[in-house]
Amino acid sequence: MLTGEWLDIGWADEIPVRGSRTVQVEGGDDIAVFRTGDGRVFALADRCPHKGGRLSQGIVHGGAVACPLHNWRIALATGEALGEDKGCTPVIPVKLSGGRVLICRASTMQAAA
Amino acid sequence: MHHQSHPAAALEREHLVVIGNGMAGCRAIEELIARDPSRYRVTIFGAEPHVNYNRIMLSPVLAGEKSFDEIVINDRQWYAANGIELVTSDPVLAIDRTARTVTAQSGRTVGYDRLLIATGSDPFIIPVPGKDLPGVITFRDMADVDHMLAAAGKGGDAVVIGGGLLGLEAAHGLTLRGMKVTVIHLMPTLMERQLDEAAGWLLKSALEARGQTILTQANTAEIVGTEAVEGVRLKDGTLIPASLVVMAVGIRPSVALARDAGLAVGRGIQVDDHMVTSDPAILAVGECVEHDGQVYGLVAPLWDMCRALADGLVGSHSGYRGSVTSTKLKVAGLDVFSAGDFSGTDGAEDIVLRDASRGIYKRVVVKDDRIVGAVLYGDTGDGGWYFDLLKRGEDIGAIRDMLIFGQAFASGGGVADPKAAVAALSDTAEICGCNGVTKGQVVACIDAGGHSLDAVRAGCKASASCGSCTGIVETLLAITLGDAVEAGPRTMCNCTSFGHDDVRREIVAQQMRSIPEVMQKLHWATPDGCSSCRPALNYYLLCALPGEYVDDQQSRFVNERMHANIQKDGTYSVVPRMWGGLTTPRELRAIADVVEKYDAPMVKVTGGQRLDIFGIKKEDLPAVWADLNAAGMVSGHAYGKSLRTVKTCVGSEWCRFGTQDSTGLGVKIERMTWGSWMPHKFKIAVSGCPRNCAEATIKDFGVVCVDSGYELSVGGNGGIKVRATDFLCKVATEAEAMHYCAAFIQLYREEARYLERTAPWIERVGVDYIRARIADDAEGRDALAGRFHVAQQFLQDDPWAARAAGAEREQHAPMARFTPHAVPA
Ligand SMILES: Cc1cc2nc3c(=O)[nH]c(=O)nc-3n(C[C@H](O)[C@H](O)[C@H](O)COP(=O)(O)OP(=O)(O)OC[C@H]3O[C@@H](n4cnc5c(N)ncnc54)[C@H](O)[C@@H]3O)c2cc1C
Ligand code: SF4
Ligand code: FES
Repeated sequence: MLTGEWLDIGWADEIPVRGSRTVQVEGGDDIAVFRTGDGRVFALADRCPHKGGRLSQGIVHGGAVACPLHNWRIALATGEALGEDKGCTPVIPVKLSGGRVLICRASTMQAAA
Repeated sequence: MHHQSHPAAALEREHLVVIGNGMAGCRAIEELIARDPSRYRVTIFGAEPHVNYNRIMLSPVLAGEKSFDEIVINDRQWYAANGIELVTSDPVLAIDRTARTVTAQSGRTVGYDRLLIATGSDPFIIPVPGKDLPGVITFRDMADVDHMLAAAGKGGDAVVIGGGLLGLEAAHGLTLRGMKVTVIHLMPTLMERQLDEAAGWLLKSALEARGQTILTQANTAEIVGTEAVEGVRLKDGTLIPASLVVMAVGIRPSVALARDAGLAVGRGIQVDDHMVTSDPAILAVGECVEHDGQVYGLVAPLWDMCRALADGLVGSHSGYRGSVTSTKLKVAGLDVFSAGDFSGTDGAEDIVLRDASRGIYKRVVVKDDRIVGAVLYGDTGDGGWYFDLLKRGEDIGAIRDMLIFGQAFASGGGVADPKAAVAALSDTAEICGCNGVTKGQVVACIDAGGHSLDAVRAGCKASASCGSCTGIVETLLAITLGDAVEAGPRTMCNCTSFGHDDVRREIVAQQMRSIPEVMQKLHWATPDGCSSCRPALNYYLLCALPGEYVDDQQSRFVNERMHANIQKDGTYSVVPRMWGGLTTPRELRAIADVVEKYDAPMVKVTGGQRLDIFGIKKEDLPAVWADLNAAGMVSGHAYGKSLRTVKTCVGSEWCRFGTQDSTGLGVKIERMTWGSWMPHKFKIAVSGCPRNCAEATIKDFGVVCVDSGYELSVGGNGGIKVRATDFLCKVATEAEAMHYCAAFIQLYREEARYLERTAPWIERVGVDYIRARIADDAEGRDALAGRFHVAQQFLQDDPWAARAAGAEREQHAPMARFTPHAVPA
């Protein structure tokens, strides 16, 4: 299913719970797609606001991911660094439809621009 | 069911026809009658043969707690008394909006002035082979319950597909009716839409204790059987025998009629605030509607909708504005409540209370001093109060500290200061429920010199087991000592009031088996921990339950998940194992080939005498490992909290100073110790003489060969803080050297804190302690080494081989790929 505004990237249960997968966009950063302990799905540019760590490789806990490089915590819903750290990673809107994960087309293409 | 004649006056009234004799349809009419009993002439069509009954109560009927008669809401008398014509067992099949008529299955056609669609929902049937076999049923109406009861009468096995509210109520009823029930749930936790992981885990344990089998993350492949259901096969091949299969995987608004009639339909029949559809003559209410993008699956919103609908029908428009919902599980003895958003959205803060001895878990989610969600397990008494505060958006800032203790405590007696509340407790009040310690005993313990939390825990055991009374003990310390309270050892992280040693001790003492269990029993303050406690707990459980504990991959740092070393650009470096630092032409060729084939920008000899291949892409890792495996090389664990390398010198075989075969011993030690997960990384070296070319005295375990044997030393470190090893003892043979090494590693594995290298550990416990355990206590040493070898049976398993063979392929492959200009708009 490929509608104008949304890109279908697969089944939600292909993403490990409290884990992440990536979506590759040619010519741009990867997108990290996360699934939380309670089954919600989020997407962020796969790039930590600190020094570009791959957030998709971090540990997901609660509604945040800990960056694998220096352990900054990034809120999945807003892309903002939590706690003392300051910075923000672009958020890609996501919606779930019948178990499929759809990500916002425009934001995805922007990531590649 | 034939047409009744009405008094002349009635004929002049507008005719309101209702499709659906369910909870919303009838409630709407009740509301209408309460406002104006004479305004409409009403005809209700129902597909079911029954009068209006309380669908929610089907669960107690199934469980044998209620009879059908007890759940009837309106009996025939009510329809008659209000002049309502009820047509049962005759579903409406078509709506003709031009002629303003509806036609039912019996062929009967009736005209309407206003039409109300209240068709509810249809259970969703997962499209698997065998779904139409006799014995596969849903759980939606009285007919389904009758089917289940008939099947249960024959006993045997039942499978319930779906671990949500409905599925669990079905499972409960069938269990009470004597069937052996297995619940198959796709998600990792039960009722995941209503409960968080912690509460879901508690619920699962409680249901298992009642004899149900709960399979989570289980995906149904097919329902097997020839004449009737015989079982359910899962995607992983498991076959579960069953003579009854209940599908309770969800519901879909029943919109077929409306869609065929050309009404605007999204997920449900779209209505405005007055429940009017895209056709002004047609209204809709209940689970079949979509209002403001929302569809509902609970009754509370229906009541609000019915009020707005009735107001609209009598011309005093009030309007429906959407509903916030809460859920309860109606299974006796299992109190579960949830409301609002408990998913921990941005800026929201969790207040968690866990009382393991009473099986209680409460979590209130607060954002900007307002409650936005709540999950309660075990004690749901305050559910209504939290829900009310949530709906009203009440500012709870003033009672925040007390909130989690419930209404009685937070607003009762004007005690808004926790210190005053604790001070007011009598000396005989029990503080610690686990160990039965009273306030008087705690204070006496403090007076006797217990000036820290830890000292109190050691002195009188208060707060030493589950920790739920930690806050009260700390308050008592503050009241009794003021500023003289001594800080105890650091807690593991902000998720718990316990330190590493306490957690480890309790994991063993209480025989805990999973991360959620530890979090519940030890009163974790967060729902699923953080990036510091989760890896620690995973390690502690792994160490405590060799061969049994199932590693939680999502609680491991990326390097241990990917079995390679993440670099700052997101690529990985790969270090194949070279036993004792020895290599062969074949290995060197394989490494050279990998470097060229995968375009690795750099290869480097590491400090531990291995070759490190840099710049490998995540996607290429499995192929790289396959190539290295083919040349006989396995993972070097250069990325893990585990045995890294055994560094050796050439020793007596080549060196003119060499006293023993240090290379040979190094290879043997590495073969014995590789694969072992530890609190932190661990390095070993073996030097062939005291010239110590392998730098054995700055390793975690060092061997220096001398003419008369092997000098063993421990706790060295070459990192930020250089530390030379402490001498442990001297042994005469290679076999002894290896035996002591195994015992020492196991002691470190069992007693050091996660992420504590051997150097700080030994400084903390003292080298005398280590000598006493390893050098002086022969029996203890044998036991430690024995446990090490048991664990190694399970741990010596090359993680690369499995990945190269395709395991967890998804970790390496992206979910999707897009090429911007190739994406059709
Ligand atoms: C076992 C069970 C337990 C539940 N427990 C709870 C609970 O604890 N709390 C809670 O809030 N909610 C609970 N619910 C959900 C609750 O029952 C529903 O939200 C509620 O019944 C919806 O009301 P409704 O009128 O929209 O649909 P229904 O009550 O389903 O009524 C729709 C009626 O329309 C009839 N119909 C459909 N199509 C046609 C047609 N073409 N012609 C004529 N008639 C038609 C159907 O046969 C049905 O009788 C439970 C549901 C079930 C099944
Ligand atoms: S440590 Fe001794 S035996 Fe080993 S290489 Fe150096 S001098 Fe030779
Ligand atoms: S790059 Fe993410 S924390 Fe440093």
